[in-house]
Amino acid sequence: MSAAVQADPFVPDPYRVVRTRREARDITTLELVPLAGERPDYLPGQFNMLYAFGVGEVAISMSGDPAARGSFVHTVRDVGRASGAVANLAAGAMVGVRGPYGSAWPTTAAEGSDVLLIAGGLGLAPLRPAIYQVLAHRERYGRVVLLYGTRTPDDILYRPQLEQWRRRLDVQVMVTVDHGDAEWRGDVGVVPKLIPRAGFDPHHALAMVCGPEVMMRFTADALRQAGIGMEQIYLSMERNMKCAIGLCGHCQFGADFVCKDGPVMRYDRIADILAVREI
Amino acid sequence: MDGLERIVLAHPFFAGLEEKIGQVVAGCARNHRFNAGEYLGHEGEPADEVFLIRHGKVALEILPPGQPASVFSTQGVGEIVGASWLVPPYRWRFDARALELTRAIGIDARCLREKFEADHNLGYEMMKRFLPVVMQQLDETRLQILDVYGKRET
Amino acid sequence: MTDVGLPVGTKAMLTRTGLQALIDALLSRGYQVFGPTVRDGAIVYDSVAGLGDLPEGWTDRQDAGRYHLQRRDDAALFGYAVGPQSWKRFLHPPTEVLWRAQRTADGFAVIADQPVASKFAFLGVRACELHAIAIQDRVFIEGPYPNTAYQRRRADNFLVAVNCGEAAGTCFCVSMKTGPNAESGFDLALTELLDDGEQRFLVEIGSETGAAVLADLTYSVATADDLSAAAAVLTRTAGRMGRALETDGLKELLQGNLTHPQWDSVAKRCLSCANCTMVCPTCFCTTVDDHSDLAGKTAERVRSWDSCFTLDFSYVHGGRVRTEGSARYRQWMTHKLASWHDQFGSSGCVGCGRCIAWCPVGIDITQEAAAIRNHQEAHHGRA
Repeated sequence: MSAAVQADPFVPDPYRVVRTRREARDITTLELVPLAGERPDYLPGQFNMLYAFGVGEVAISMSGDPAARGSFVHTVRDVGRASGAVANLAAGAMVGVRGPYGSAWPTTAAEGSDVLLIAGGLGLAPLRPAIYQVLAHRERYGRVVLLYGTRTPDDILYRPQLEQWRRRLDVQVMVTVDHGDAEWRGDVGVVPKLIPRAGFDPHHALAMVCGPEVMMRFTADALRQAGIGMEQIYLSMERNMKCAIGLCGHCQFGADFVCKDGPVMRYDRIADILAVREI
Repeated sequence: MDGLERIVLAHPFFAGLEEKIGQVVAGCARNHRFNAGEYLGHEGEPADEVFLIRHGKVALEILPPGQPASVFSTQGVGEIVGASWLVPPYRWRFDARALELTRAIGIDARCLREKFEADHNLGYEMMKRFLPVVMQQLDETRLQILDVYGKRET
Repeated sequence: MTDVGLPVGTKAMLTRTGLQALIDALLSRGYQVFGPTVRDGAIVYDSVAGLGDLPEGWTDRQDAGRYHLQRRDDAALFGYAVGPQSWKRFLHPPTEVLWRAQRTADGFAVIADQPVASKFAFLGVRACELHAIAIQDRVFIEGPYPNTAYQRRRADNFLVAVNCGEAAGTCFCVSMKTGPNAESGFDLALTELLDDGEQRFLVEIGSETGAAVLADLTYSVATADDLSAAAAVLTRTAGRMGRALETDGLKELLQGNLTHPQWDSVAKRCLSCANCTMVCPTCFCTTVDDHSDLAGKTAERVRSWDSCFTLDFSYVHGGRVRTEGSARYRQWMTHKLASWHDQFGSSGCVGCGRCIAWCPVGIDITQEAAAIRNHQEAHHGRA
């Protein structure tokens, strides 16, 4: 961390956008390097608050390889004023960064077990650092399964990388879409549908799920039906974030603060309130 | 038919089925092979067979006039294609097309329906297996139509 | 001015003159002194320079959705319970500029001001308010990311507690075990004694800083009669609570009844006006706004009070999580009385009753909790 460390946790650190990549019409991946000092270490599953000058901040998970020390990688979707301002930053632009915040995917706890990495839509972005980390230490895990679903084939995120992972002999990769097109010869249907065809031992498996909340609920259900215990399933939750440090109260989800008790949360802890309307 | 009987009983759908019942079912079964592009059934045709996929992938699709076929589901290994044979008028509600080389066990639906009528216990055992599959497909379809990944202008 | 002063816990007696001297001593030490004063028909906290600023001879009448001042027939300086404001308006101000930024040739630079810390002295802090301040200390200072601005404001705080001689119709500090006696967290604690028209104050030393200030004043020994008179005031106040809240198993009760019909019932009455969150001394939620000037040359980030009752509080891309009033009321009440225990190790409620008095439709948190408890127990056949 730079010597000019901000004692005030509300003040962002200056970073520069060094590379951008348009993933889809409204989705961009940015690579950020600090102006001074080193990028702090982070764990897969954590997030930063990214600040666009004069516009505002958005909470975006890291989506890069934690072992790549020099920069932060964030995949941002333009869904509003602040996220749009950040997503449309050009290379060379400055961005404020606060973080890393939040809880991490249990890649260490999963060692020795089969691992299911399950993502829906943009949920593949917060899960990608865990995928990198698991594959970098492949020998520590049993079977590794990656399940990904999205709306149409055009919406498949990180497609070249998915194809690369699928070419490996030690990972089972299945991709499905809600709606196929004329060229699509892959699976059509929802992500939970893939679970019965995934190869894993439910008694020695750990699942990490990331995607829209409804998709995560259906997926967690399907995992339980496949015999995986609730304490072996992890979801990444999302709520309104303003401060990201547990002081503004916005991200409360039951008694938990998504910014510090999450975003990665174990399913047995939250299963009951997930079912409560408007909690 | 011993080999086919083994294959039928080994299919995940029949896991735990009583051997006696398995024999009856196998009596109505035969092996199928579909090359990529071949159809298992067409919308409106009599639903004479229920297919258990052993290998490959089948697209379930509807063909709107003047448009390319719309695939709303694919079924793979271990999955079932066809429930229309259970319910009158016993006709396919959609097209089923093999996306790649597909091997399936086809069970003669009329043969099965006659056996169910003759032996209600057999019928009940099989219904107990089919209904959860139908419920699961309903559940999955619900999630699918919720379109959770958000609107995208194409 | 010197010496160590008397030990913490010592009790002495001050006269009216002594109280004025206390204010003067604090002012001369560079404190901004805030205390109760009458304004706009209420007792609010503002700068006080002398006894003339205090609400002498006034008391408050409070009930659900009701607050008004009434003349007393004595000259009590602290003869009221609590007003609409709490000390959080100084310690956790309604708005605050967090930092400013300026465009530069190759981006922007953040200018984080380190404002000179003001020394605040609070005169007239009630026992429930001491607990509220301690609760906000836990929220803002004891988490993984301390709020440094709040820390600075608290660092040089001087608290003069005043034990309550009156309980309002909305008070329930006895239920919450937060009063009426000020037990800790103060520098000095006063109890106003009005016997035979003579106005005196029992003063208890709560800290070394308090002892040092008292050492500069003229005080006398507290006699056994003084002590028992002060104790009698507190006993009387404790016996006059206007409300009660059964706290036994309250956290589990609320967390186990998230779909109770009472939430819909209260939602029919609740206006989502957010008064309760503004007057509550422990509510701490804030939002941030980023502005820039028209030319886009400077920007600032401002933090301000927010309320979980607003529709946008729970906004995530795509919509609001809590659209129904029942969901928002449930969020506030379960946070205050249940989740707070999980988050901060205590209840979030100090029994000051402000939310009851200042609710325009008179919703009473103690009654809402009782309604859920009674229905629950009836449902399970418990007596």
